[in-house]
This record gives sequence, structure tokens and C-alpha cells, in this order.
Amino acid sequence: MIAKEGQANDSVEVVFQVRDLTKIYEMGEVEVHALRGANLELYSGELVVLLGPSGSGKSTLLNILGGLDTATSGYVSYRGKNLTKANEQELTEYRRFHVGFVFQFYNLIPSLTARENVAVVTEIASNPMVPEDALALVGLTDRLDHFPAQLSGGEQQRVAIARAISKNPEVLLCDEPTGALDSKTGIVVLEALERINRELGTATAIITHNADIAGMADRVVHLSNGRITEVKVNTVKKSPCELQW
Amino acid sequence: MKGQVFAITLVVISGVATFIMFISTVDSLSLTRDTFYREYRFADVFINLKRAPESLKDKLKDVPGVNQIETRVSAYVKLAISGFPEPVNAAIISIPDDGKPLLNRLYIRKGRLADPTKDNEVVINENFAQAHGFNPGDRFAVIINGKWKTLTITGIALSPEFVLLMKPEAMSPDFKRYGVLWMSRKALSKAYDMDGAFNNVVLTLYPDAKLSDVLAQLDTIVEQYGGFGAYARKDQISHRLLSGEFQQLQRSSEIFPTIFIFVAAFLLNVVMSRTINTQREQIAALKAFGYNNIDIGFHYAKLVVLIISAGLVGGIAAGIWFGKMLGGIYMEVYRFPFLIYTLHPKVIIAAVLISIASALVGTFHSLWRAAKQPPAEAMRPEPPAQYRVTLIEKTGIGRWLTQPSRIIARNIERKPIRTFLSIIGIAVACATMISSGFFKDSIAFMVNVQFVLSQKEDMTVAFAESTSRRAIYELKELPGVHHAETFRTVPAKLKFGHRSYKTRINGIEPDSRLHLLLDTNLQAISLPPSGIVLTDHLGKILGVKAGDMLTVEVLEGSKPIRQVPVVALVTLYLGVMGYMDLTALNRLMREGDAISGAYLVTDPMYSEKLYQSFIKMPRVSGTVLRRNEVRNFHDVQAKGMLFFTFIATLMACSIAFGVVYNSARIALSERSRELSSLRVLGYTRGEISYILLGELGLITLIAIPLGFFIGYWLCAYIAQALASDLFRVPLVIETKTYSLAAAVVLASALASGLIVRHKLDHLDLVEVLKTRE
Repeated sequence: MIAKEGQANDSVEVVFQVRDLTKIYEMGEVEVHALRGANLELYSGELVVLLGPSGSGKSTLLNILGGLDTATSGYVSYRGKNLTKANEQELTEYRRFHVGFVFQFYNLIPSLTARENVAVVTEIASNPMVPEDALALVGLTDRLDHFPAQLSGGEQQRVAIARAISKNPEVLLCDEPTGALDSKTGIVVLEALERINRELGTATAIITHNADIAGMADRVVHLSNGRITEVKVNTVKKSPCELQW
Repeated sequence: MKGQVFAITLVVISGVATFIMFISTVDSLSLTRDTFYREYRFADVFINLKRAPESLKDKLKDVPGVNQIETRVSAYVKLAISGFPEPVNAAIISIPDDGKPLLNRLYIRKGRLADPTKDNEVVINENFAQAHGFNPGDRFAVIINGKWKTLTITGIALSPEFVLLMKPEAMSPDFKRYGVLWMSRKALSKAYDMDGAFNNVVLTLYPDAKLSDVLAQLDTIVEQYGGFGAYARKDQISHRLLSGEFQQLQRSSEIFPTIFIFVAAFLLNVVMSRTINTQREQIAALKAFGYNNIDIGFHYAKLVVLIISAGLVGGIAAGIWFGKMLGGIYMEVYRFPFLIYTLHPKVIIAAVLISIASALVGTFHSLWRAAKQPPAEAMRPEPPAQYRVTLIEKTGIGRWLTQPSRIIARNIERKPIRTFLSIIGIAVACATMISSGFFKDSIAFMVNVQFVLSQKEDMTVAFAESTSRRAIYELKELPGVHHAETFRTVPAKLKFGHRSYKTRINGIEPDSRLHLLLDTNLQAISLPPSGIVLTDHLGKILGVKAGDMLTVEVLEGSKPIRQVPVVALVTLYLGVMGYMDLTALNRLMREGDAISGAYLVTDPMYSEKLYQSFIKMPRVSGTVLRRNEVRNFHDVQAKGMLFFTFIATLMACSIAFGVVYNSARIALSERSRELSSLRVLGYTRGEISYILLGELGLITLIAIPLGFFIGYWLCAYIAQALASDLFRVPLVIETKTYSLAAAVVLASALASGLIVRHKLDHLDLVEVLKTRE
């Protein structure tokens, strides 16, 4: 049972709490309001899809949650710790030990093999998996020693997922993970994410502008124009293989 | 690209500046010398003889090829200068009573010529005047033909004959202890009983004259008047030393600018190829709009020319400035009345063309790639870089590497040519630095060999004429003289095959404690009882080796011509001489126990007393103190060297900085995505700096030993290229020099590393995630 927004629930912990979050970018003389007072909670173990068109503020929100960016005003906490007040060093540490990232363009290190790309993270994490196990979770056991240039886009993204989960993070933040992939490959990647969420219980937030992906989420957060416009709980979760676009 | 352009500009400035500096200095000094020689009528041929009647002049003038001729009276005198206790010598030369000399004219810097009606007026040379602070009106005492005389200075002059003034037997110039005095012919003739006679001739030749024929005919004519052999300008001491130095400068002007042009071309290549890679899409768009390859190539060529232009302008300005500075330094030793600073337009054009051409060659490959790409292909992003497991990992070390170290290794191995060129670039900076330190080391070594290991006497006393060996007892009895050894010096022409060289043969005591001959391992060798020993440089000039038979034409006394075997070649860095056993030399001369002077070991407490005695002894014509020789050598070399070291350090730093900084910036632009990704994954700033700067650090660390190696060879080449009759540069490089070179390179690398590190700290983590590679 997943708690609805604003409802306290004893059985699940709040991972992120977001209050009145705003973000203003100064682009020359123009101010861009990327977030205009967002409020949100994310709970442990849930899979949330943040849905919105481009420019809706979803990437900004994810970047602030991931400690990659700082808010202009408002409040964000991770397990009770105030992220808005964290300094550069604390944010680095936060990313290092608690958050897993998956990006649209994979961001693998081209000079390292699949296994080594995972090892990049396991080497510095406090409680990591064995890189091979992480790659097995995404079905790449037979591609361990391939370089990114030798892997397909879907395979590269699965390596990125393996890398993200190999530190056993408490949250997994995915920014358009299927954005650069065709639908068939995209579904394979989503299956990997769904499996991680199910088997490891890692709280997962997926950003997408693709409404079809929303079907696999526990909750769907709609963003528009820097505000959260709707939070919907999926009573029936679809399996990624049932999705199509 | 601002920083990179700056770094390239720095290297281009250094290269162009050194090029302009060396060439313009060589050109200016040559032009100055030629102008001075021409306007002040420097003679082509010189003759010294004992005494000849003035009527002989016409006979000499009738020799075919002789143009203008002038007879002179000259002598070698001792001076006493108040407040300066050490022995001072001077050459005294007559000037015609009717005013200006016909040849070797004087440039009067201050005052006037000597009055021919007065017998106590002289003009003195400028170096000497400056060394003692003399001005017209000042006086000093001189022994002329055994009699003390007080002379008044009327003028201070320069002469083409003494541009680089050096006492004939000295190893380096000493302006305090050796000067030139010009006195009216009448007064000087009277003092030396030379009325209606002369003992020195200078003459010029017609352009079509055959020098060797003229010299031979002149020799025949002066033979019976005690001629010491006519010699041409190329053997005149000032001219010869000057030519040697000019040649050294010329060589330097070839070595250093070449290094820079290579480095600048390489840097431009790297920067341009990177720029073009990042602008693939713009290039494709332009081509899609209908621009052709030539337009695009031209566009980038303009960019290259623009980058180079800033360096050229700065380099030319700095080159002129340095050139004038270097010219000024040379002018302190070389006495020209003026320095005609000249910078031929063709030198500037050459600098411009060489720089632009090398830059374009350096960027040609990238330009070509940019121009030939079909637009559709260029609009697609570059395919992901191909990487392989490196060789070093395959050795098994790989297991122990962390991922960041692995990234470093693979990046280095993926671009082997670029890595290699970066290493070479940094190594060259290191080598340049070594070459500047090398001068200091080798001169220290040279001085040590010459004045500590080889010549151990405190003083050398020279007699006016060769004297009986008994004269030594007079010296030995003087208070403060601990030990004395005799020597005999004979001017001679050494011939082997078609090669010949005019020098002196020094006869020394066979068991000498003071004058040691050293072999190539610096071990003293005993002087063989017969045969001649040559300095290795003279051996090279003549093309002889031990065992060869040398023809020795003695140029004084009965002028015997003898065949003498070469028994050994010895290492001496200063001068070009032959050595013989004193007895063997006297046997060759068919003279009895003659000596020319003595080497003395003296008590420093008695120095001043000894100087006074020597000044008073008519037989003693001159005294040389070893410690002065050492000091002079350092003094003369020091300024030029300091300047050179300064330039070399500047150059080394700019190369090291330019190469490292550019490598770092390019690595940063190529890796910023990867490094940002790592930052997102939780790597700290320090950890990602390690990846970027570790690579540069590794390259620098590999480059330094290679730089030592290249530096050694560069020095070997310089040593060989700079060898002159005045001195040879031994190939000696101290550990200190290597350490300093490494330190300068490391510091430059560190500085550029820190600048890049600063940029790393400001990576935009979010931006990089949004873009595709």
C-alpha cells in the first residue's frame, strides 16, 4: 500500500520531502522560472514517474533532488537531512553514497569496459555490489568486457543502470532513461529498472515526457510550468512489457 | 580558446623573438664591423719586423696587389698607474705626424690626437680608459726604451685594429692590465732610435690581389730586416676573435628558433584539430549552404594566421628589444664607435613566412579533414571513441589499477602520436633549460682545468727578448718567490699537408710542476724529450694525429723550418698552442739555453713588492697573474651568459607552459563530459583532477628524463658548434643543472595544472548531462 500525497503512513519512510521549491535561472537579462513552488514527498520503495512536457521543471526538480543543483528558495530534505543547506562537499558525499543516477545519454566512460564502468562506482562506494552481479541484474553477463563503443544504445543504458544500482543506493534517479532509445529497447531498459525496484526495493524516480511510461509507476507526478499539477496513484501497475509507444 | 591562444602566442613570441634577436644581432654586429672597418680603413695585411729603413716602403708598395701602405713604429711598454699596483702593459703605436693615420684610423671618442711636436702626449684606447677612469688631461708613467716618462692623455680612441683587445699571450681580455697607446711617429721614433725607420707595416690590397702571393713576396722583401712573417687580416688577433664570436652567434641563431617553430607548429596542430572537431557541425552547415572546401579551408587558415599574427607582432617587438640588449652587451667587450642596429625587412619576412608556414603545416591535417567531410557525415556527432585494453594492463599490472588510473592509461595509449608530441614538447623545454645551465657548468669546468689543474703558477713573467737561462736566478732571488720554472715561447707556423696555422710553441721544463699537460682523461702526461704536443683543437684544425710529421716554420730568429713529429694531443679548452720540451725547442731553434720568461709560485704577502721589482727590471716586459686571468674570463663570459640564461629560461618556461597548458585544456574539453559524469556519480573534485592532471603529470614525468637525454645531445651539438680558437666548450653538465631544468618544467606544468584545476572546479554538472557526446 502506497501512501498518497500529504498522508502520513507508518509503514513507509519519507525519502524526500520537497516544500515550496523554486528555481530561477538567470539567462542573461531574462529570468527563467523553472520551478515555482513545488511540494512533494517520495517514499521508500516506490517507483514514481515524473511526467511533463519539456520546460515543465521536471529535470530541475530531479537535479535538485540528486544534489546536482541548488534551489533558489524552498526546502528539500533527504531522510530528514536538509539538502538546501548542504555544501559542495556534503552534496558530493550524498551523491557518492546514497543516490544512483541514470541519464538519457548514458554518460558512460568511453575508455572503460562495462565491468569497469560499474567498478568506477563500486570502488568508491561504502556498501557496493560486485560489478558482475550488478551487470547480471540488467542481463549483461555476456557483455562484461565490451567497451561502450561496442555496445548498442540499450546495452549502454543497462550498463548505466547497473552502475547506478551497484552502490546499493537508497534512491535511483532516472532522467529520460529511454529518451535516446527506440521503444523496443526502451522497454528492455524499463524492465531492468522495474526489476531493480521490485527486487532491491530501491526508491526510483523516472523523469519522462512519454505518458505511456506512466503506467508502470506506483504514482505519477504531473508537472507543468514549474508546478506540480497532479499526483495520481496507479491502482493497477502495468509491467513494462505491456507498455507500448 | 582564449587561454590556449595565449599559450600559443607565448611560444610564437619566444620563437620569433629569439630568431629576430639572434639574426638582427649577427647582422647588426657584422654591419657595424664592416662599416667600421671600411670607414676607418682597416688593413688587409700586417707585418712586424725588427727594423727597416723607410726607403723599403716603396719596395713593399711595388708588390703587385698592394694598394695603400703605411709604416709604423710600435713597441710593447710597461706602465705605472698610481693607485693600481699591479703590472700594466700596453702596445704603443705611432701615428703619422701630419695627423690621421692612412690605415687603421682612429675614432676619437674624447679629446684630440697627440701633438706631433710634443713627445709626452698619447691617445689611449677606450676600454683601457674606462677600466682606469682616465680622461683627457690625466697622466701616467711609462717605461719607454728603459726610461721612465710621464705621458699626458690627449684623447680616447677606438681603432678597427683593436675591436676586441687582448694581450697576445693572454687567455681572455683584461682591460685593466692591457691597453693601446698611440703616440706621434716623431716622438716614438726618437724614443726607440727609429728615426727614418720602421718596425711595423700595415697595408691594404686591391680586390683582385692574390693574398698568398702577396704575403710570400712581402716576406721575401722583409726577410733581411728581421721580419716575423706577414699575416693577413684573418690571422689578426682582434679580427680572428671577433669572427669566432660572430660564428658562435650565427650557430645559436640556427639552433634555438628552430626548436620554437617546431613547438609552435605542434601546438597549433593540436589546438586546431580540436577546434575543428568541435565545429564539425558548423562546417557541415556551411558546406550545406554551398561553401566549398577552399572557402572553409581558407576560413580556418585565416584563424591560424590571426593566432600567429599576435605572436609575430609581439615576437618582432621583443626580438628587437632583446637584439638591442644583446648588441649592447657585446658592445661592452667589442669596441665599435657605434652600433648600427639593423633589422633587414627580409628577416621579418622570413620570421613571418616561417611562422605562418609552420603553423599552417601544423594545422594542415586538421584543415584537410574539415574540408573533405561530406556535410551529412559532418552533421552527425562523432562516433564514440574507440578504446582498447592497454599494453601495460596486459602485463598484469592492470589488476592493480584503480578505474581512474585505468582511464589515464587508456587515454594516453589511445592517442599515441599526440601523447608522444606532448612528451617531446615538454622534453624540448627541459632540454632548452639544460642548454642554458650547461654554459655555466662548462665554463666552470674549463676554468678549473685550465687554471687549477693545468696552470698552477701564480704569475707569469715575460722577458722582452729571449734571454739566457741564467736570468732565472735573478727572479729566484727576489723575496717572495718560492719556485720558478722557465719557458720559451716561439711564434711559428705549423703546417700539415695543405693546412697551416700560425701560433706559438711553448717550450716548458720537462718535469714542470707548474705547467701540466693533460690527456683527455685530465691525467697529467709527461712531456716527451722530443717532438711536439698539440692542443686537441689545433690537432683538429691541422688534421693531425699522434705520429704524424708536422712542418714547423719558426717566425723569429734564424727562422728554421723543421719536421717535428706530433707525439700527443692534449686537452686544453683555451687557446690553440703547441708544446715542446724546452731543451728540444732550443735545439730546434739552434739556440743555446734561451728562455722567454718564467712561471712563478709566489707569496701573496710580497705581491706588491714583486710588481715593483718587475716594473723596474728592464728585461721583464710583462707579468700575468693567474687569478686575474680567472677573474677576467668569468667577467667577460658572465654578462653574456646571464643574458643567455635569462632568455633560455624564459623560452623553456613558455614552451613548458604552452605545451602543458594546451594539453590540459584540450584534455579538459575532450573529457569534461566524462569528468562531469564522474562528479555526478559522487567523485570529488580532487578525484577527477587526478584523472586529468595525472595524465599530464605522467606525461611530464616521462618527458623530463627524455628532456635530460635531448638536453645532453643539444649541449653536445652546441659544444661542437661553438668551438673556436679562443676556447672550446667542454661537454660538462652538472646534476644541479639537470635538477633546475626539471624544477622549471615541473613548476610550469604545475602552474598550468592549477589553472586547469580551477576550471575543473567550475564544471557545469547539469549542462553536461543534457548533451549527447
